[in-house]
Amino acid sequence: MSKPKKVITIGGGVAGTEVSSLLAELGYDVTLIEKNSQTGGKLNGWSHLFPTGRPAAQVAEFLQHKVQRNSFKTICQTDVSQVVFGNGSFLVKTSGDERLPADAVVISTGFDIFDATRKEEYGYSVYENVITSVDLENRLKAGAPITTAAGNKPCRIAFIHCVGSRDEKCGNHHCSKVCCVTGVKQATELAKQLPQAEIFCFYMDLRMFGLPYESMYREAQEKYNIQFIRGRLSEAAENADGTLQIKAEDTLSGRPLKMQVDLVVLLVGMVPGKNTAHMADLFELQREPNGFLQTEDPHLFKNRSSRKGVFLAGTCTGPMTVDETLDHARSAALDIHHYLQNK
Amino acid sequence: MNAFGFKLIEPRSIDFDQFDGRLLNEILEKEPSFKICLSCGGCTATCNAGTLIDFNIRKMNLLLRRGEITGLAREIDKCMLCGKCMLVCPRGINIRNVIMLLKKGLVQYRNENI
Amino acid sequence: METPLFTYPFSIGLMFIVSFLLVVTCIWLAALSKSDRKLILKKIPGPASLKAIGETFMEALLHRKIFRKNPVLGYMHTSLAFGWFLLIVVGHLEAAVHYHTFSFPLWKSIFFRYAEPAPATGFAGHFFATSMDFLLLLILSGVGLAYYKRFNSRAFGMKKTTQLKVGDRIALTALWLIFPLRLIAEGVSAGLHRNGSFLTQPTGNLLAAILPLPLLEKPVWWAYSCALGVFFVAMPVSRYMHIPVEVLLIFLRRYGVRSQKHVNGYTRVQVFSCSRCGICLDSCQMNHANIRNTQSVYVLKQIRGRRLSDEQLFNCLLCGRCQKDCPVGIDLNDIRITQRIESTAEYNSTYDYLKNGPSPQADVVYFAGCMTHLTPSIKKSMQKLLNYAQVNYWFMDEHKAPCCGRPLIQAGQLEAAQKLIANNRDKIMQSGARTLVVSCPICYKVFSEDYKLPNVRVMHHAEYLLELVNQGLLPVHNSPKRVVYHDPCELGRGSGIYDQPRQLLGQYVELITMKHEKEDAFCCGGSLSNIKISMQERDRIRDHVLEEFQQYRPDQVVTACPLCKKTFTKGTEVEVRDLAEIVWESVSQQIIAAQPPVKQLEPEEVPS
Repeated sequence: MSKPKKVITIGGGVAGTEVSSLLAELGYDVTLIEKNSQTGGKLNGWSHLFPTGRPAAQVAEFLQHKVQRNSFKTICQTDVSQVVFGNGSFLVKTSGDERLPADAVVISTGFDIFDATRKEEYGYSVYENVITSVDLENRLKAGAPITTAAGNKPCRIAFIHCVGSRDEKCGNHHCSKVCCVTGVKQATELAKQLPQAEIFCFYMDLRMFGLPYESMYREAQEKYNIQFIRGRLSEAAENADGTLQIKAEDTLSGRPLKMQVDLVVLLVGMVPGKNTAHMADLFELQREPNGFLQTEDPHLFKNRSSRKGVFLAGTCTGPMTVDETLDHARSAALDIHHYLQNK
Repeated sequence: MNAFGFKLIEPRSIDFDQFDGRLLNEILEKEPSFKICLSCGGCTATCNAGTLIDFNIRKMNLLLRRGEITGLAREIDKCMLCGKCMLVCPRGINIRNVIMLLKKGLVQYRNENI
Repeated sequence: METPLFTYPFSIGLMFIVSFLLVVTCIWLAALSKSDRKLILKKIPGPASLKAIGETFMEALLHRKIFRKNPVLGYMHTSLAFGWFLLIVVGHLEAAVHYHTFSFPLWKSIFFRYAEPAPATGFAGHFFATSMDFLLLLILSGVGLAYYKRFNSRAFGMKKTTQLKVGDRIALTALWLIFPLRLIAEGVSAGLHRNGSFLTQPTGNLLAAILPLPLLEKPVWWAYSCALGVFFVAMPVSRYMHIPVEVLLIFLRRYGVRSQKHVNGYTRVQVFSCSRCGICLDSCQMNHANIRNTQSVYVLKQIRGRRLSDEQLFNCLLCGRCQKDCPVGIDLNDIRITQRIESTAEYNSTYDYLKNGPSPQADVVYFAGCMTHLTPSIKKSMQKLLNYAQVNYWFMDEHKAPCCGRPLIQAGQLEAAQKLIANNRDKIMQSGARTLVVSCPICYKVFSEDYKLPNVRVMHHAEYLLELVNQGLLPVHNSPKRVVYHDPCELGRGSGIYDQPRQLLGQYVELITMKHEKEDAFCCGGSLSNIKISMQERDRIRDHVLEEFQQYRPDQVVTACPLCKKTFTKGTEVEVRDLAEIVWESVSQQIIAAQPPVKQLEPEEVPS
């Protein structure tokens, strides 16, 4: 057999590690470029995954095992700085001055978390007791009890859905898809930890799209007494004692509502990563109006970019759950395999 | 009966066949962004007039869309045009223009119907 | 000599325009308020008249402001206006010297070369002949530029030029023909009678060589007279009406007449003073959103024609950039607001639900403003600063208060706004406070102009914080950050506050000077004054402004308006801050530096 064909994966999160492992297993010469000091992506910061409640670390470990078993080359703390297009091949230059030739490239640069300070009226980074779902997840992972800034047990907690999603004021028209169920998951976790606390979810629409998700929603209502209020938060204000006054309309009863809460959790959405935008520029790829990378065909070729030989895996193409990201990465591996076989 | 706006509307089903869409259509034509309301209620929650009196700007939109015009003029008069609703609207609807068009339209509507 | 028949078009035209002007002036003056008329009568004998004459000379004839804005455009206007003025004056003197009297028929000075075919004699004769030719040459150079501008406005630094309507076309054609025809008419007479000077004589000689001059003399003088006559008659329906009306405007303004919040004679005078020079088109940021029919020049035109639509009237940011650039000094914002008031007068709200309870007593009233509640960082900074400086204040709109009323006025709902103003005014006066501090320039404008709060200082927080800093009540820590300061429209052009924010900011950070700042500052695009603009169009206007900021690579964009802050935050990755946040950041550093925390304040005031 001739020399194995070379594949470069850019971005070593869930999608990047999975696609790299699979391609290495199929015998390709894979190099994974990761900008952080370790692979695994945002999964490393998550505590438990919906819908099963399995520790995220287990999934991360599974992925890491595969990486080790297939021993492909991983370059961390490195960015891609330049790309030269050859005839059906690529030359990728890194910030570490390496020049890597490739027959195919996988972009798996993922998403960024919406910067909640951009919705100043919600008071994130202004008021100490306003946190994001990511902050909460990190705290849950660290195993620390969830308290207010002053160290007290929160008696009333409000989850705010659609922060930075479906919000044209922030330039994000899209639904981030995973926040609704994340909210239900986190609210349930808090209810378990703080059985005395009253927990409210303020939503515009609840999108429980996955098969088991509706049951999670039902359980949250039935078992954990979590209350769902259909109304979007307009603003938060701080009381003298550090509690928060939040305002929304209870749209179903058609009346304005205000509520004093101890903790506000903003369910921040997914936005196209800065790195994803950078890759789109380097590889001259088409992007969707919402900034995510455009696939060649939204039904049939969801792993192909607008440029031949450049493949897409994971949330650089749009919001996905961890499970969907894995599926997308696996289909990418197969698509690349076909492409390289027939090349 | 309560003298305020939508409480004047009798409890009955909405009859789309009797729909009087004149006012609505004129507003939609002049302010197309009015079509894209997703009824999140952010406008009503932030409403400055709403802190002083019972006033629900989202519901007014809804009533107009169902052709329920009775009492609207009185309701819309509560608005102070401060513009907060526009800043919180996730769809970027030009609510102040809708209100001004509605105020003007209601005067015309009244004049036509006299 | 009998009065030649060809002078009649000119004489009739002149009589028409003079009587027309007299009549409209009377109508406009009658439509002023009684107090305005009294004011005028009182001031006519005083120095205001002299100043008005001076200003007329500088602006209506020399066009100093246009010169400043654009020298080539200024030269065009000056050569036409001042040149023509001198041509009339010097022509009159020439005739007066010739006839040794000032009482001669007017046509004899206007058509002097025809009336007096004898060649000029003596020093005076030659002096006048040469002067008149020189002035004609000056005007012709201006006309030449005007031709050129019509076809190539960019050469004048203007991206846009106004569209013409029929009356304008007739008047413009007449105006363009007057001076070339005068040259030809005088040239023909010079060719026949050798009474020309350095310009007209060679023209005459040239014409004599190719044309049968004796046949042509009468017709060309006819043509010249007709051009004058047509110009005068077309003047009232054209933009050239601005020439006489601008003089009236200058006088009225000097006598102290000001725009009111209803249409009156002064409004009409201002509307007719617009020369449609088109300078406002270039100032207008609506261009950045590709909105091109709502600019001031078009609105004034529609007001004249009584065809103004709501779409045009309300599609304006009222940023005041056009007003600042208007060479005639028309109160464009006030005129637009006045029109809005008239157009929405039928449906003002009564707000009869407003109630007044007792106000707490305080030294200072703090009014954050509706928008500030959506920028909690500004609100919190202000509260902390006021607490730190131990100010005895009442946060008037912390939980609920009516809007200040300015957004209603901007939308034309003046009567409705008065209701809110009355309610808020009562509360402020009851509190016994001597100072009202506001965080929003929109509120500041209405509090300082429309509220009439006796013995209460109305201050934007930029002014108030500067005062506290100068009194040593707030410690200052400077940082090496480079920032640009964005002047909010209502605070800058609207209220003339440019220096205090810069003085304050300059103590904390390095301030970058921008091309468009102070009077020339852009509007952020978020202005509440525009009722019609879509969010996408606002974004385009904003992005254009942000592009300029980006050129200076600032660490922060600082402004003094919650609405500007919100508008910019949506469009840039660069930090956008309000002045109050910068000041609080510095004070909080001081608190951290001083261990243990120097605090007699409530516990929640200690920053984490």
